[in-house]
Amino acid sequence: MTGEGDVLLRLDHVRKYFPVKGGALMQREKSHVHAVDDVSLQVRRGETLGLVGESGCGKSTLAACVVRLFELSGGSITFDGRDISRLSRRALRPVRRELQMVFQDPFASLNPRKRVGRIIGDPLRIHRLASEKQIDAQVRELLSRVGLSPEHMHRYPYEFSGGQRQRIGVARALALRPKLIVADEPVSALDVSIQAQIVNLLAELQQELALTYLFIAHDLGVVRHVSDRIAVMYLGKIVELSPAEDFYAQPIHPYSEALLSAVPIPDPDRSERRQQIVLEGDVPSPITPPSGCRFHPRCRYATDICARQEPPLVDYANGHLAACHHPLNLDRRSPVDATAPLRSPMDRPAAALIPTNEEGPNEQ
Amino acid sequence: MSEPLLEVTDLRVSFRTEEGLAPAVDGVSFTLDRGEVLGIVGESGSGKSVTMLSVMRLIVDPNAVFGGKILFKGRNLLEMSRGQIQRIRGAKIAMIFQDPMTSLNPVYRVGWQITEQIQAHAELTKRQARERALELLAGVGIPNPRARIDDYPHQFSGGMRQRVMVAMALSCSPELLIADEPTTALDVTIQAQILKLIKELRSESGSSVVLITHDMGVVADIADRVVVMYAGRIVEQGDKRDLFYDPQHPYTWGLLGSIARLDRPKGERLASIPGMPPSLINRPPGCHFQPRCVHRVERCSVEDPALTDKLGNGHVDACHLDASVKRRDRVLGSAPTGSS
Repeated sequence: MTGEGDVLLRLDHVRKYFPVKGGALMQREKSHVHAVDDVSLQVRRGETLGLVGESGCGKSTLAACVVRLFELSGGSITFDGRDISRLSRRALRPVRRELQMVFQDPFASLNPRKRVGRIIGDPLRIHRLASEKQIDAQVRELLSRVGLSPEHMHRYPYEFSGGQRQRIGVARALALRPKLIVADEPVSALDVSIQAQIVNLLAELQQELALTYLFIAHDLGVVRHVSDRIAVMYLGKIVELSPAEDFYAQPIHPYSEALLSAVPIPDPDRSERRQQIVLEGDVPSPITPPSGCRFHPRCRYATDICARQEPPLVDYANGHLAACHHPLNLDRRSPVDATAPLRSPMDRPAAALIPTNEEGPNEQ
Repeated sequence: MSEPLLEVTDLRVSFRTEEGLAPAVDGVSFTLDRGEVLGIVGESGSGKSVTMLSVMRLIVDPNAVFGGKILFKGRNLLEMSRGQIQRIRGAKIAMIFQDPMTSLNPVYRVGWQITEQIQAHAELTKRQARERALELLAGVGIPNPRARIDDYPHQFSGGMRQRVMVAMALSCSPELLIADEPTTALDVTIQAQILKLIKELRSESGSSVVLITHDMGVVADIADRVVVMYAGRIVEQGDKRDLFYDPQHPYTWGLLGSIARLDRPKGERLASIPGMPPSLINRPPGCHFQPRCVHRVERCSVEDPALTDKLGNGHVDACHLDASVKRRDRVLGSAPTGSS
C-alpha cells in the first residue's frame, strides 16, 4: 500500500499530558489531563488530512505538538524523514521554515502594533533569507497571491476585516515556502460567505504550491470540502481514520455516526426526514477518562466489553481505520464482507477483526 | 385573524459615531404569530442582533437613536418606562445569548442566579423558588440537579451553561423567547441538544421563538419562517420552504451556496460571495448588495429596491430582477431545487 516515501509527517504514539497541580501549600502534581493519548497517524505529501472532533478532544494540542509549540510527553514526530520530536530550539529552526501554522483567531494572531508588511516579512528576516529590498518585493507578491492589494502592506491589522486578516495570516505562513501548513480552525471565526472565500483560497494555494495541509476544524462540512482523508478524535484518541468520501458515506465508529447526524442540513425536507442521533451528556473529563472505550458512556451500542477493554484501531480495508468493538456499516463495505454472512455487526467478535495483513479484516 | 404577538414596524436604530450616523437597523418590519418560530439570518453587522436587542430594550448606548414601533401584544415597547419594561423582560420575553461563558455571573452559584430570576417575577418563597429551579435544571437535562445546583458556573461545561441559560429563560414561561446565536459557541452534538430543547419548549408551552443565526442549517431545522438581513435591512422574507426551494434574493443564493454541505456531492469550489459587507456609514447607493452582486443591472446602483411580494404568496424580496429572470439565472449549485 502506501510506501514510506510519500509520507511527509508521521506521528508515532504521540502523547501530551498536562499536569494538574493541587494541594494548598505544596502544589504537587496530583493528576494529568490526557490531552493527546497515543496518537499515531501519517500525512502524505500533497494531501489534506482533516482532523475533527469536539472542543476538548485534543485536536489543537495535537496541532501545537506537531509544530513543537509543546514538548511531547511521549512518542515521536517524523517530518520529511527526520525525527523532530527531540530537536533543540536551534536545530528546530530550519525545520520550522518548512512547517508553518495558520491560527484560528485572526484578531489575536497578528501583532496589532506592526504593519502588515512587517508581519508578513518578519519570517524572512528571522531566517535571514532575503535582503530588505527582496523582502519588500516578496511581501507584495504574497499579498496579491492571497487576494489583497500590495499597497495594504503599509496598513495595520485593525484596518482589516476578519477575512482579510486571515488572508494576512495565510500570507505570513506562505512567506517561507513551507511544505506543510497546520491550519487550526482557520475559518471558524469567519462569516459563512467569507469562510467560503478562505476555503477556496487554501485550495488554490495547495494546487499552485504543492502544499500539504493538516486541517483542523469542528465543521464537518468544511472539512469534507477540503480533505482527502479524515481523522476523528475523541478524548485524546483517534477513533476513526479514513479516506474522506468513505468516511462521510459509511462511518464505522458510532461517535462519527453521531457527529455526522448532528450536522444541520440546510434543506427543510431532508432535515425533517432524517433521524438525528442526539448524544446525551457531555464529553467526560480528560483527567479521568472512562475505562475501556472512552466513548462508551455516551454510546448507544455499548456493551460490557466496551467498559472493560480498549478497542484497538483496526484497518477495515482501503485505509479506513476505526477503534470500536461494535463497528458500523461493515455489511455494506467490501466484497469480502459481502460474501461473509454477518449475523449483525453487534455479534461480531471484536478480536477476530484484528487484521494480520493490509487487505482488510477477518478472513478466518 | 388574531393580532400577532410581536409586530415590528419600520424599526430604525442608528448610532451616532465620530464619522457620522451609522444606521445599524434601517427600516425593518416583520410580525411574529403565537407559537411561531422565526429565523433571522445574516452575517456579522447585518443588524439582526441589534433588532432583537431593541425588542428587549437592552440597547442602553446613549448614542443610539430609535425610530419606528415594536408592538408586543399591541403595546409599543419603545415607549414604555423602565419599570414597565422590567415587568415584561424576563417574564413575558426572555432571551438567550450567544456566549454561555460570559452570560452567567461567575461569582454567584448557578442555583442562586436562577432563583433570583424566579423571585423577581413571581411571588414565591425562597424554598419554592429553589424547588422550581431544580425542576427547571432537570427539565433542561442537567444530570443530578440536586448536586449541581450549588455549583459555580465555572464548574459547568459550555453546553451545560447554555442549558442553565435556557432554564433561566424558561423560568417564567415566556410568551416570546429570543435566542441570539444560542448554539454558535457550541459543538454540533451539544447544538443538537439545545435545539431539541427549544423545539420542546415550542411544542409544550406554545411559546413563540425568534432565533438569530448565521447557520442556514439550523434555520432549516427549526424555523417556520425566515428573514434574511443584509446591511441593516431585510432583503428577503418568506416561509421556510419557499425561501429554501425558491430563494429570490442573490444574497440568499450566496448564503446557501457558501455552505459546505454534507447532503450533496462534493463540488470543486464553494460559491462564495465576492467582496465583503459594506460599512454602515458609507453604504453603496441603490441596492446595498449591488457591489457584490454578479447579477446586477444598471438600475441597481441608482434605485433602492423596495421589499415587494412579487410572487403573491407572502414571500417578499428586495431585488430589481424579475422573478422569471432570477429562476433562470440563479446558480443551481447554490439553490436547492426541491426535495429529493
